[in-house]
Amino acid sequence: MTQEKTKTAIELIDVERSFGKQQVLKKVNLVVHEGTTTVIVGPSGQGKSVILKHMLGLLKPDSGQVLVYGRDLSRMNKRQLKEIRKDFGVLFQNVALFDSMNVYDNVALPLRERTDASEAVIRENVEEKLSLMDLAGMEGKFPAQLSGGMKKRVGLARALVMKPRIVFFDEPTTGLDVSKSNEIYRLFHKTQKKLKYSAVIVSHDVPKIFKLADYVALIHDGRILGNMSPEQFQLSDHPVIRAFVEETMGPIYSSEREERFCYEEV
Amino acid sequence: MMWLVQALGRFFQKLGGEFLFYLEQAGRMGIFLAACLLNVLRPPYKLGPIVRQIHFIGSRSTFVILFTGSFTGMVLALQGYYTLRKFGSEGLLGAAVALSLIRELGPVIAALMVVGRAGSAICAEIGIMRNSEQIDALECMAIDPYKYLMAPKFVAGILSVPLLTAIFDMAGIVGGYLVGVAMLGVNKGAYFQQMYASVVWNDVEMGLVKSLVFGLLIIWIGASKGYFLHLERSGGFGAEGVSRVTTDAVVLSSVAILVWDYLLSAIMM
Repeated sequence: MTQEKTKTAIELIDVERSFGKQQVLKKVNLVVHEGTTTVIVGPSGQGKSVILKHMLGLLKPDSGQVLVYGRDLSRMNKRQLKEIRKDFGVLFQNVALFDSMNVYDNVALPLRERTDASEAVIRENVEEKLSLMDLAGMEGKFPAQLSGGMKKRVGLARALVMKPRIVFFDEPTTGLDVSKSNEIYRLFHKTQKKLKYSAVIVSHDVPKIFKLADYVALIHDGRILGNMSPEQFQLSDHPVIRAFVEETMGPIYSSEREERFCYEEV
Repeated sequence: MMWLVQALGRFFQKLGGEFLFYLEQAGRMGIFLAACLLNVLRPPYKLGPIVRQIHFIGSRSTFVILFTGSFTGMVLALQGYYTLRKFGSEGLLGAAVALSLIRELGPVIAALMVVGRAGSAICAEIGIMRNSEQIDALECMAIDPYKYLMAPKFVAGILSVPLLTAIFDMAGIVGGYLVGVAMLGVNKGAYFQQMYASVVWNDVEMGLVKSLVFGLLIIWIGASKGYFLHLERSGGFGAEGVSRVTTDAVVLSSVAILVWDYLLSAIMM
């Protein structure tokens, strides 16, 4: 793997955040390397989406730093935040398509609002993204007329239309059946190869998501455990990671551990 | 004795909490208004969204404004005739109808109609966008919701409400004419002559200023209530949250219009 050579895209340092009396994040430390895919796993309600919202600058930490390309989001004013978000693409958990606009206008919106491109250039760009998502011919439909999987694909097209450097996925396959999830993963794989963005995926679709991941991090009790390759993660000796892996994937067979006698020194 | 001290402590704690809550809300809305107006002035100016909003807030309210305006004028003429006849001065009917409409009833009733038609719709629209993370999505796409969503609504509101008020006044004067002259037999010449003689620029100016302020109030309250839906104390979640906040916006806008109507009348009298 070439992970060590890559630059840091996002770094969370000792991020703490409470909602009322409930402390959701307790000193979260996490590094996202440029050009790689980092998957944050963990049970629901542990603060996975909260971490994502910190990376997006939608929430500010009570203490700690959120560095995006070395710049601290929590110290930025609105304009700087807007500037840095130009590198972001986001696929929300509920997709958050603009429900009073059709598919075409949804995908075209960032181009219309953030560039001076002519309508012809916008059309070309949008149609390219839509056909990349196998959505050609769907331009005139409204979000309410689309299935869950289609909405996700439109959301992905919208997230990628500005050629972002980092793309965030909040539970990209929740609520989809197996074949639709595979479809999203296939499109993710295809687009990442083509556009070479860094990806942060929050998911509990274990173990399938491991196939896409370069790094896997587990959130547990407000802290990040792991942030290691999927292979290392699955074979980790850390009791919490091990318990999570066994709970979600069943006991992992490791010859070294199970057949200890073979390895015992005589 | 101890229980009294404790009860008083709790009372003041609650009072302070309430005060801080409303102070925070007022501050939030003030900053919201400043940000919106700043974004109205800041380029780039896009005509398309403004025209769409004027269509929604303004031209689609025209019918209801014409309708309510003419009925208001008609009832004014009816009641005015009844009162003026007691003093034998039916000839002043035109002046009475026009002055009441231009100075007072035109701006207020037109604004209340716009609250019901457009203010509530704006609040619900923005509230639903907030609820379904569409506003977060805008922010994450580096599109400023103030510039993209709010600025066109403010421009449209400030332009539309005075124009709707003018239409309301016109419809009212015609309605008054129908009842006063055609039905009750007031002299046609006297109706318009008295109106012409007594309405001065100051009256028109008062109506104009009021309607401008009301237009701003309607959009400000509707939009900010929807925008800050997630910060509502009663929990602005789901369909119920949107409906509650829309009701709040309508009530608050209506009250604000009547209060500001009094204040502006007092200042400009």
